[in-house]
Amino acid sequence: MSQTVNITINGRQTQVPQGTLIIEAAKAMGIEVPAFCYYEGYSLQAACRMCLVEVEKMPKLQPGCTLTANEGMVIHTESPNVVAARKGTLEFLLSNHPLDCPVCDKGGECELQDMVFRYGAGESRHVENKVHTPEKQWSPVVFYDAPRCILCYRCVRVCDEGLGVGALGVSNRGVISEIVPNGEDHLKCDECGACIDICPVGALTSGSYRYQTRPWEMTHVGTVCTHCGDGCKTTLGVKNNEIMRGNNRDRSGINGEFLCIKGRYAFDFTSHNERLQAPLVRVNGKLEPVSWSEALATVAAKFKEVKAAGGRFGVIGSTRTTNEENFFLQKFARTGLGTNNIDHHRSGDLATLLDALSGRENALASVADLYTAKGALIVGADLSQQHPLIAFQLRANFRHHAAKLFTVTPGPVREDEIALAAVRAQAGGELQAIEGLREKLAAAGDLTILFGDAIKGEAVRKLVAFGDSLGIPVRYVCLLDNSNSRGAVDMGLLPDLGPGFKAVEKPGLAAPEMLADAKLDVLWLVGANPLKSATLANAGAFVVVQDLFLTETAQRADVVLPAASAYEKNGTVTNTCGEVQKLKPAIRTMGAKADLEIIGLIAREMGINAGIWTPDKVFAEIQQTVRGYNVPAAVLTAGAAALTMPVNGRVASQARPELIRSAGDTLFTSGSLGRYSKVLNSVMESPGGLFRHERE
Amino acid sequence: MLYNQPSPHETRVLTRRFGLPNSASIDTYLASDGYKAFLKAMQMAPDEIVGEVKTSALRGRGGAGFPTGMKWSFVPRNSPKPKYIVVNADESEPATCKDRVLMEEDPHGLIEGTMIAARAIGSEKGYIYIRGEYRYLIDHMDRAIDEAYARGWLGKNIQGTGMNFDLSTHTGAGAYECGEESALLESLEGKRGNPRLKPPFPATHGVYQCPTVVNNVETFYAVPHIINMGGQAFADLGTPKNGGTRMFCLSGHINNPGVFELKMGANLLWMIDAVGGGLRSGRKLKAVIPGGSSCPILRADECDLAMDYDTVAKAGSMLGSGGVVIMDDTTDMVAVGLRIMSFYAHESCGWCIPCREGTTWLKKMLWRMNNGEGRKQDIDLINELSKNMLGRTFCALGDAAAMPTISLVEKFRDEFEAKVRPVMVPVSGPDQLVAIS
Amino acid sequence: MNFSPALEARISKILGNYPEDRKRSAVIPLLLFIQDEVGAVTKEVVDEVSHRTGTPRVQVDEVVGFYSMLHRKPIGKYHVQVCTNVSCMLVGGTELYHHAAKKLGIGHKETAADGVFSLEEVECMGACSWAPAVQINYDFHHKVTPEKLDQLLDSLRKIQ
Ligand SMILES: Cc1cc2nc3c(=O)[nH]c(=O)nc-3n(C[C@H](O)[C@H](O)[C@H](O)COP(=O)(O)O)c2cc1C
Ligand code: SF4
Ligand code: FES
Repeated sequence: MSQTVNITINGRQTQVPQGTLIIEAAKAMGIEVPAFCYYEGYSLQAACRMCLVEVEKMPKLQPGCTLTANEGMVIHTESPNVVAARKGTLEFLLSNHPLDCPVCDKGGECELQDMVFRYGAGESRHVENKVHTPEKQWSPVVFYDAPRCILCYRCVRVCDEGLGVGALGVSNRGVISEIVPNGEDHLKCDECGACIDICPVGALTSGSYRYQTRPWEMTHVGTVCTHCGDGCKTTLGVKNNEIMRGNNRDRSGINGEFLCIKGRYAFDFTSHNERLQAPLVRVNGKLEPVSWSEALATVAAKFKEVKAAGGRFGVIGSTRTTNEENFFLQKFARTGLGTNNIDHHRSGDLATLLDALSGRENALASVADLYTAKGALIVGADLSQQHPLIAFQLRANFRHHAAKLFTVTPGPVREDEIALAAVRAQAGGELQAIEGLREKLAAAGDLTILFGDAIKGEAVRKLVAFGDSLGIPVRYVCLLDNSNSRGAVDMGLLPDLGPGFKAVEKPGLAAPEMLADAKLDVLWLVGANPLKSATLANAGAFVVVQDLFLTETAQRADVVLPAASAYEKNGTVTNTCGEVQKLKPAIRTMGAKADLEIIGLIAREMGINAGIWTPDKVFAEIQQTVRGYNVPAAVLTAGAAALTMPVNGRVASQARPELIRSAGDTLFTSGSLGRYSKVLNSVMESPGGLFRHERE
Repeated sequence: MLYNQPSPHETRVLTRRFGLPNSASIDTYLASDGYKAFLKAMQMAPDEIVGEVKTSALRGRGGAGFPTGMKWSFVPRNSPKPKYIVVNADESEPATCKDRVLMEEDPHGLIEGTMIAARAIGSEKGYIYIRGEYRYLIDHMDRAIDEAYARGWLGKNIQGTGMNFDLSTHTGAGAYECGEESALLESLEGKRGNPRLKPPFPATHGVYQCPTVVNNVETFYAVPHIINMGGQAFADLGTPKNGGTRMFCLSGHINNPGVFELKMGANLLWMIDAVGGGLRSGRKLKAVIPGGSSCPILRADECDLAMDYDTVAKAGSMLGSGGVVIMDDTTDMVAVGLRIMSFYAHESCGWCIPCREGTTWLKKMLWRMNNGEGRKQDIDLINELSKNMLGRTFCALGDAAAMPTISLVEKFRDEFEAKVRPVMVPVSGPDQLVAIS
Repeated sequence: MNFSPALEARISKILGNYPEDRKRSAVIPLLLFIQDEVGAVTKEVVDEVSHRTGTPRVQVDEVVGFYSMLHRKPIGKYHVQVCTNVSCMLVGGTELYHHAAKKLGIGHKETAADGVFSLEEVECMGACSWAPAVQINYDFHHKVTPEKLDQLLDSLRKIQ
């Protein structure tokens, strides 16, 4: 590859690959070259001129953000000349910048403030009037204050290059230049807020966070987003037990600093005023608030009674509860209640995929792999809507490594624009369409195949056989809906498979069968809302619901137990690629309990010893028993993700394709959580949300 | 139609068809040796053409004075991409109005120049980027291009030579920055006129990221004559390393302003007197801007010099685009400084901080100065801020704003001091000329 | 939008000047020529140019904001542009501009109530050697004196 050159920065020698940007070479040596417009991963601008450095034998100062290393270069980043230029540029920048730091949202974490603090130009020689224009609201979540804007064009680039939306532009010129939205006076976009996050100053602010608090008044809790299956890390800013914002500016986690609207703003369901804060028990046909002990006693008594009578239980778990909760739930159901009638909402045929891949290494792709794969085939999924992080990774891969992308979808998707081939295929026609791409796919060098619920049962095996026939390394991602859809499968929330895909002896009923069972005695729903679209055959069944809200299902319940959300508890979740990450509680909601604790308390109340129910202990058990999960706990504790590889054995599953169907959430919907997020609702009501393939 | 009387002191090379009846028509052109140079060039190897242009010591007439032959030689011969010829007819450097007359009087001369350049680099497509204000010239050039197509001087297999070349005009819409070659390319691609990062240069990554030669109108005009008369003969018209003649646009306080073709290296004072008819009666020369408003100003006592790139550079200014602004002793230098800075503030594209903020800040300060609201410390501040722009901006527009300002403050400091108001007063700035559209 | 046959012809010719996948190149010429016929770059014009060149709307908007000859609001029938840049300024351009402003009763970038005249103080328009210069719509007028300007404006007012 590229050859190594010797360069000298501030008198220290170093070796870097030829062509390395000087700003990066300096950074590697611990030397900061200040910059506003330079942003790793996005196109080069050299517009802010903050990064000018002195290079021996070059007459003019050179921008460190575009200057590339050549043999023998001698660079100074702190020479008097450079320091003076920096100060001069800062002074220019401040000449039109409103010095409203005391009321600016960015105060305390503003790159301009930091820069002035470090490099001077604090006193102003500018006595003229400043250009002023009023602040504008572009969408429910995005506000723009032109005078504060330093025109670094980061927002324009992140939206266009990063998200593939291109909703921002620049209008006017010279000193009155400003950023403009694509819908004249409003944004038509994903409302992801990446522009706000990447803005070095307070020009772009968010509808939910602005003027609420100061950064230093918050504690910052890094946890995992509870919405889609991609598993982005989100850092929640918390003040007075309230989540103020979500972002990921420290770029830790599998998503770097990427977040979609849900990860960044849709935490607000936690403080919705309809949150359940006390258990409810049906008394004379009406749900009445009761104490926890009374509610638990009611549940335990009924469970004991039904169990003793040899009655029938049905248990439906959630795709958003933790691995520990799912594991513990199925264990308690199977051993404590003695039933295999346990299930969850299945959104992809992971079991068949693992079976087809059994015994292979390197067969599953992590989120990071999606950034380096040479080729990617997207089958039957609208990634930009349903898997924003995966879409973002593939886009970055295309931008930086010219990855070859292929789409085989029923309708147009945003990835078409960067795809080498975009093929339309209706349900059932996917494999045939893929066959037509055979040569191009094989030429990619290596391939990652991502498929949604369109490929299930036999089709999965055929897809893997097709992959094998290409003669190149192929990896797979089975796309699943929610933050722990993957964990629900891995932990055995299935009637025929226990934790780690171990077949059970006497498979139980699947969810629709439980609902349809006229003889069901107890239906226990832990974070599931099946009655939103189905009915319960046995009107007399005793229904217990653990949830955050009084969902359609909870309204039918006999006992409702208020549950904590993912932002309120410990535990782990597994994303759609199979990467496990740890949650951290950011807040507490009075009256609600984590599902794990609730299940544990029911067990205790029933006098059943189901083991210790702290997340750590349960996870230790998972490490022992669930294949693929023997990941080092320290990695998780450190806040990183560990890839599980559960492909070390056959999976004897009854493939039941008819039970597999994605909920088809969009960027702005998120099952029942979405309904309780004001931000998501406000965005859907405003004119600008981009649904599906639309692009301005 | 000529706007000023020709001068007997002119050396008519580029302007040899000026004043001929129907000078713009292809018939007149063909009757006066038109397209001969192209046919001759078709007998030459591309390298020979480039060699001849190198010998001619032709330097770009757009402002920077870069040797044209050398620029052409940077175009990669073996690139699989199409190659493009782009004519810079943006002519927006204040005090410059020569490209306009050339195109008006002799449109086919430009077409022939681009054809020879195309032959030299192996291009089949050219664009003439004409500033939007020159609407009549767009129509005028379009007519000439249509004529050339109709007579087989453009298009496929030109005159049976086997060469293909298409040419079209492209209009700007009001932006000085689009004269800067990389901003021009952006504009030609339908974008805002922000300059591009350099390197890579247009020679390798120009229009649509393809190899491209961008030259000023006048530069292309010289090419057929160089081929016809030979590079050496062209070079001999000027001074060493400064070949040929040059279109000088004389303006300001002289009796006979106009555009004149003079030998490179003509003496500036002679130019003012003999060609420009001298200063208005009873007035003395105070200063000259020798090559458009971007150039440092020369005091009267610095004006006895040969007008070629190197000599003017040695005198601390630039030959630039040939816009010679002559100022007599009535001229208010602070007002000149303000007007120049207002222009650059209006035209700054806004891409980089020092130019975007610097030009506006300076404009506001100069406005105060000029309106009697200046403070003593403002004089040094104007100078310092200009120097803070100089050499630090993304493109040369920042330098273009800084250089004349520095020279004005340093050479005419007394005039700035005379305008200082002893007491501080509240300030107010002019906001006109700020809104763009 | 529908345009006159002449403009449509020009548009097709312009679109033909660029490679098939580079129609965005036509954005600026299209905006300017359409503005000349429609009177302004309205929202509909932006949409039309966006559509005809296959360029995202926001990118067309960016261009409209950048170029000083493009305007979103209609202006007067006669756009009086007086140059006050150095060469013109030295020989009376500024005075000429003030004269025009007084005579027309409007200022920089303003349009008279009757919609006949708009005034603009413009940057150098390439007429420096024949200064002071005025451009009315696309017509150049050289060595303009206040008297000449009066006559010019009066005769234009009569035509309209
Ligand atoms: C701000 C700026 C404005 C310019 N304007 C023009 C112009 O209007 N016409 C022109 O020919 N060159 C102009 N130039 C110079 C061009 O960038 C470029 O050097 C020229 O087109 C090259 O042609 P030449 O070598 O034939 O001069 C300008 C440069 C700068 C930095
Ligand atoms: S110097 Fe900077 S702001 Fe000025 S025109 Fe060039 S790039 Fe634009
Ligand atoms: S200065 Fe007025 S036209 Fe050039």
